[in-house]
Amino acid sequence: MSVEIIDKSKCYHCGENCTSDSIHLENKYFCCDGCKLVYEILSENNLCTYYDLNNNPGVVQKIKIREDKFAFLDDEGIQQKLVQFTDGKQTHLTLYLPQMHCSSCLWLLENLHRVNQGVISSKVNFVKKEVYLVFDTAKTSLRKVVETLTAIGYEPHISLQELDSKNIRKTDKTRLYKVGIAGFCFANIMMMSFPEYLVADGVVEANIREVLKYFIVAFSLPVIFFSATEFFEIAWKGLKHKFLNIDAPIALAIAITFGRSLYEIFSHTGAGYLDSMSGIVFFMLVGRILQDKTYQSISFDRDYKSFFPIAVNVVVDGKSIPTQIDKIKSGDIIQIYNNELIPVDCILSKGKAEIDYSFVSGESLPVLKEPGEIIYAGGKQMAGALELLVVKEVSQSYLTNLWNRDVFKTKEEIPDSFIHVLSKYFTFLVLGIAAIAATYWYMQGENRLMWNTITTVLIVACPCALLLSSTFTNGNILRILSKNKFYLRHPDVIEHISNINQLVFDKTGTITQQSNVKVSYTGKTLNDSEQLNIASLLAQSPHPLSKAIVEFLAKKELITVENFKGTEGKGIEGWIEDKYYKVGSHEFIYGKSSQQQRNSVVYIMIDNDVKGEYKIVNNYRFGFNRLMQTLKDKFTVSVISGDNDAELSKLQAILGKDADILFHQKPDDKLSYVQHLQQVKKKNVMMIGDGLNDAGALKQSNVGIAITENSNNFSPACDGILDATQFSNLDKFIEFAKSGKQIILLSFVLSILYNVIGLYFAVQGTLSPLIAAILMPCSSISIVLVTYGMSELAALKNGLNKT
Amino acid sequence: MSVIIVMLVGSLIIAGGFLIAFLWSVKDGQYDDEYSPAHRILFDDTIKDKPIK
Repeated sequence: MSVEIIDKSKCYHCGENCTSDSIHLENKYFCCDGCKLVYEILSENNLCTYYDLNNNPGVVQKIKIREDKFAFLDDEGIQQKLVQFTDGKQTHLTLYLPQMHCSSCLWLLENLHRVNQGVISSKVNFVKKEVYLVFDTAKTSLRKVVETLTAIGYEPHISLQELDSKNIRKTDKTRLYKVGIAGFCFANIMMMSFPEYLVADGVVEANIREVLKYFIVAFSLPVIFFSATEFFEIAWKGLKHKFLNIDAPIALAIAITFGRSLYEIFSHTGAGYLDSMSGIVFFMLVGRILQDKTYQSISFDRDYKSFFPIAVNVVVDGKSIPTQIDKIKSGDIIQIYNNELIPVDCILSKGKAEIDYSFVSGESLPVLKEPGEIIYAGGKQMAGALELLVVKEVSQSYLTNLWNRDVFKTKEEIPDSFIHVLSKYFTFLVLGIAAIAATYWYMQGENRLMWNTITTVLIVACPCALLLSSTFTNGNILRILSKNKFYLRHPDVIEHISNINQLVFDKTGTITQQSNVKVSYTGKTLNDSEQLNIASLLAQSPHPLSKAIVEFLAKKELITVENFKGTEGKGIEGWIEDKYYKVGSHEFIYGKSSQQQRNSVVYIMIDNDVKGEYKIVNNYRFGFNRLMQTLKDKFTVSVISGDNDAELSKLQAILGKDADILFHQKPDDKLSYVQHLQQVKKKNVMMIGDGLNDAGALKQSNVGIAITENSNNFSPACDGILDATQFSNLDKFIEFAKSGKQIILLSFVLSILYNVIGLYFAVQGTLSPLIAAILMPCSSISIVLVTYGMSELAALKNGLNKT
Repeated sequence: MSVIIVMLVGSLIIAGGFLIAFLWSVKDGQYDDEYSPAHRILFDDTIKDKPIK
């Protein structure tokens, strides 16, 4: 008889910790009713393979979705924008599902037709996290399909941003074509060049060698006129702006090689170097593909629009009509529900408003609003349903204006990568060598040898090696970083990171965890019934500190408290079981505020006897202390926050008294601080933040990193995205990025060795195609191996080698 | 020895065929998603389930 171990502590669906074991079905335990509901739907439809393929494959379902949330999808105008094709019978559309993360998701989504029979087919593109759906318009509707997906835990992310741009994001396949053709031609040209390498006459007849040469020319045409075009285009663009980038000397070398080879072949003086040319084009294209590999499921450019709902309910003649956000006019009455974002500036008309502005201003405590007060866009409603009177349209709101600031409009002046600078020197050096050698032979009267030398020097000493080392190194570094959940937008960012000397951290949500707070109790022990009473009393208070304590006490069933009185912002008091409970701030209990900063301490008084206090502190991210200690030694570290200064002493203890720790900073203040650091103190700044309130500062700093707890979260225009779980490894990432520069230089030096050997032959005018053909792949492959090996070594040294 | 030309042309035609196949597969979107096809083949078909393309 086998014994089955039932794990009651982790949710069977999503793997989160179960705070109680009351939610269960048969012998499976869940963390919340939402997860249990998804399990029920799946087991009813015989879809439990979902759970067999992976452990705890679900996403936590604690937040309940409002029933009518997708009512706006019945609107034809909105449907038209989302749907890709419809002929009245079948409808095709693509939806973005950010929750996709494993093969179970893939399996379930492709079996969607078993949950909703109206779905004809569903095909997943896992890399993009999209699903391509075809459904029968007669049997189901867009709204029902979206509701089905939400019911099984995969709520699609539908946003304004996707409505605006036609979401046919075609992946750019041109490079792949170019590489395929270049590789094909390169291999065949090399094969056909063999007779030339076998110099001994008589092995292959002369006229056969002639025919082969013409074949080779034919095969080199697609390489130079199709595959190599990007080098010429980029070089030309640079030259037009009077800028010498690395593609310029490469384009020059390719052109000269081609010209010289054609001359040799058609004048029967030689065999040309077309094999080396096509080979180098092939290797460089491969390097570029590896480097520019984009992360298709992450967007670095999401703006506020991707966070807003598509439509809200507008009350017209007593009925709620879902209306597209763009169509909301000032004077409309809209309804906003729990956990929803307020998209427009408006006045509160009905309902209890607790607005969380942490996203916009960084303040962690929700703001309570009275009817008649103005509420600005960007806040999230934390209490029940609200009715609001619109004052300004979406495009006019404070939030939009914040986003449309100048700092986002000006094109960034990206400083020259050191590679471009290096290649400039290299070009001049090579031209210098060619000139010297040419002059020498000219003096000697050997004109033919002079031309020979000039062209071969320029062929051999191609900075292709520099491009190869940089692209392969960058590609490798980006790959290793992304495996560690640190996604950089562009390979240039690696170099910018290695140059920084100052780090600025936002507080709320960046160095603290967005959800949990830590609650600790000091004082006389409270027995169970006292705790239950306190929890029941505090449940009546909307204050977030009360909510934190209630969650901390985790009582299953609360008793109803009838005789209570809450004093806003101060505390709450009431009679429970003939005892007088008073819970609140220092001022509320003692009558005067305390000397020290004690904003987050809640005192408990029962029958005029102060029992103790609950202290609520921000839960700092795992490894925060260690990270700060390491960073402090090498960089200047500051913390800048929109929140109140309750944490000042704690942060000072960690960072030191002379570190900049600023509070009550509005988004403008953050931006000016970064500017001040850059212009006055001449620092290279890396800013780490998470919300809209950091957006300006992130863009202004040399490197802007957005921390996210799930990669779908809003990422204001930033240079990199760091997953919150990897926060404590930030110092290792910076070290690793620094080693990138060293690796590129080292492998470049290695390639110079090959160049020197080649130049030795070139200045003498004795560079044969065979030698060139050997040197080129040797140097290319050795560079690739060296860069790969060294970057893996650097990753190992920094502890970043995850499989 | 001139037969080598004939052989060359033949091999180039075959190799060309492979190149066309590669370009066709790229165009068809085979390289868009590298994750799904590997896992998809491991799923079981249930008896009452219609195979989905």
